[in-house]
Amino acid sequence: MSEIKELKRTSTQIRRDILRMVYGAQSGHPGGALGCADFFTALYFKFLRANPSKFKMDGIGEDLFFLSNGHLSAVWYSTLARKGYFPVKELSTFRKIESRLQGHPSTEYNLPGVRVASGSLGQGLSVAIGASLSKKLNNDPHLVYCLMGDGELQEGQIWEAAMYAAANNVDNLIGIIDYNNQQIDGSCDDVVSLGDLRAKWEAFGWLVLEMDGNDFEDIINVIPKAIESTNKKKPVVIVMKTDMGYGVDFMMGKHEWHGKAPNEEQFEKAISCFEETLGDY
Amino acid sequence: MDNYTCKGKKDTRSGFGEGLLELGKTNNNVVALCADLTGSLKMDAFKNEFPERFFQVGIAEANMMCISAGLTIGGKIPIAGTFANFATGRVYDQIRQSIAYSNKDVKICASHAGITLGEDGATHQILEDIGMMKMLPNMTVINTCDFNQTKAATIAIADYESPVYLRFGRPKVPNFTPENQKFEIGKALKLTEGNDVTIFSTGHLVWESLEAAKILNEVGITAEIINIHTIKPLDTEAVIHSVNKTGCVVTAEEHQINGGMGESIAGVLSQNTPKPIEMVGVNNKFGKSGKPDELMKEFGLDRNSIVIAAKKVIKRKEKLLVI
Repeated sequence: MSEIKELKRTSTQIRRDILRMVYGAQSGHPGGALGCADFFTALYFKFLRANPSKFKMDGIGEDLFFLSNGHLSAVWYSTLARKGYFPVKELSTFRKIESRLQGHPSTEYNLPGVRVASGSLGQGLSVAIGASLSKKLNNDPHLVYCLMGDGELQEGQIWEAAMYAAANNVDNLIGIIDYNNQQIDGSCDDVVSLGDLRAKWEAFGWLVLEMDGNDFEDIINVIPKAIESTNKKKPVVIVMKTDMGYGVDFMMGKHEWHGKAPNEEQFEKAISCFEETLGDY
Repeated sequence: MDNYTCKGKKDTRSGFGEGLLELGKTNNNVVALCADLTGSLKMDAFKNEFPERFFQVGIAEANMMCISAGLTIGGKIPIAGTFANFATGRVYDQIRQSIAYSNKDVKICASHAGITLGEDGATHQILEDIGMMKMLPNMTVINTCDFNQTKAATIAIADYESPVYLRFGRPKVPNFTPENQKFEIGKALKLTEGNDVTIFSTGHLVWESLEAAKILNEVGITAEIINIHTIKPLDTEAVIHSVNKTGCVVTAEEHQINGGMGESIAGVLSQNTPKPIEMVGVNNKFGKSGKPDELMKEFGLDRNSIVIAAKKVIKRKEKLLVI
C-alpha cells in the first residue's frame, strides 16, 4: 500500500503542476491532463523501462511512450520533469516564447522524452506501430505504449492503424484510450457516439482490457496484465475510464474544461484541492 | 552544343525500383512500405528479396506515412512508395506533423506524378505536389528526369539525413543521363552551354528542353539547359550564375505554374538579379484523360512550347536592352 501512497503523492504534485502551468500560460488543456495524471504517474514511475537521464531518440533498449492526443502535453511534461527527463523549473515556461515546452509536443527543440510531434489527432497509433515494427527488426524486446483520446477515435486513421496492427501481429504494442467521454463540443455521445468501444476493438482483432484510470489499485493491477498479454500475436488496448478534470470538483466530468485556463478565483479554488507534496516548481 | 542521346526509353519508376533493390543489398536499415501499389511502383524485387523489410500497408496512406515516421525511431530508413497524388495531398497533415515538423528521415517516393499518368485522368494526375512539399520546412524535394537519374537519386537519398520527397513518373521516356552517375542532392546540372537564354527544367521536361535547344540552335539561338533535379534546396548559385550570363529565363516543368519550380527560380532571381522569365507549366487547370504525349502537347508541355517561350523571352530581353 505504501507504493500506492507514493504514487498518489506524485500524481497530486503533477496535478498541481498542471494547474499552475495552464494558469501561468493562461492557455492549455487542464481537463484531460488532470484525468490522466494517475496513469502517467504509474506508467513512468512504475512500469516504463527507460532511462530519463540519457534520453535517446532511437529508444533502442527501452520502452517507448507516444502521446497521440498531444493536447495532454501539460501532464506529460510534468511527469517527464518529475521523473528527471529535464529540470522541474522548466515547467514554468510552458507555452511561452522560447520554451521547449510547446503547446503541443514537439521534437523541434530537443525536449527529452518526446520522439514525435503530436497535436493534430489520429496519427500517434500509426507512429507507435512503426516504432514497434522497428523494435521487432532490431530484436529489441521492449514495449511501445500509445495513449489516445476517446474523441480522437473519430479520426479515421486510428482505424487504419488498428486494422494494420491486428493483421500484422504487432504484439509489442499497448494502446491506451483515455475514455472520459468528453470532447470539445460536448460529451462524445452527443458529438459522435463511440458506441461499444470494447466490441469495436475486439472486432478489429485487438485484445481489450478495461481499467479505472483514476484508481491506482486498478491501474497497477491491469497494466501488468496488459504487459503479460504482449508477444501473443495480438495488439493490446486498454480502455481506461477517467474523469475529465479529476480531483477538481467544479471541473470534473465537464467538457468545458477540455481546453480552457482557469481565472484567478477558479485557480485558487482548484489548487487548494491538491497538497504540495514534492515542492512546486 | 553537347549532345545527349536517347539510349532507349525506360520509365523512371523502374529506376526507382532498381535503386531500391540496390539499397536493400547495401544498407540493412533501409525498409520499404507500399500502399497496395507494389507492382506499379516497381517495388516487387525489393519485396521478394527482403520480405522482412517490406511492409504492405494496404490502401491506407495516412497510416503508411506515420508508420514510416515511427520506423525511423530505432534507426530505420523508410522508403514509402505510392502514387504522387496519394503521397502528398491525401496525407499532407501526416507528412507535415509526423515527418517534416518531427524531422524524421522518411523518404516519400512518389510515382505517376503529373499528367503523363495519362488515361486515368485528373483524379490521379497530381500537378500540385511540388508546391505542397516545397512549402514544408525540413523537406527536400527532388524531381528526376530519366531512368538513370531516378536510380541514382533513389540510392543517394538513403544517406541524406532529411525528410525527402522524390517525384517520378509512369511512362517510358528517353533515358539519356549517364549510367551509374553520382547523384548530388541540391546541385543543379548544366546539360548544355548557351549564351542567349537559360532553360531550367525538371522531370520529364528535361528531355523536351534538350530537344527544344536543338530546334533553337537551328535558328542561331544557343540555350543553356540546366537540370534542376533538386527543387529544394535550390542551387541558387548555379541559377544566378547562368542567368547573369544569358539574361533571360525559361522554366519548364510538369506541374502547376502556381507553386512550381519556376516560382522558386523566379523568387531567387527577383531578389538577386531580376530578368525576364517565361514559365512552361500547367496554367491553373486540372489534367484529363488521354495518352501522355497527347496531353503534354495539349497542355503546352512539349518542346514546341519551350521553343516559343524561349523566343518570346529573348525578345523581351532585347526590348529591355534597347530601352
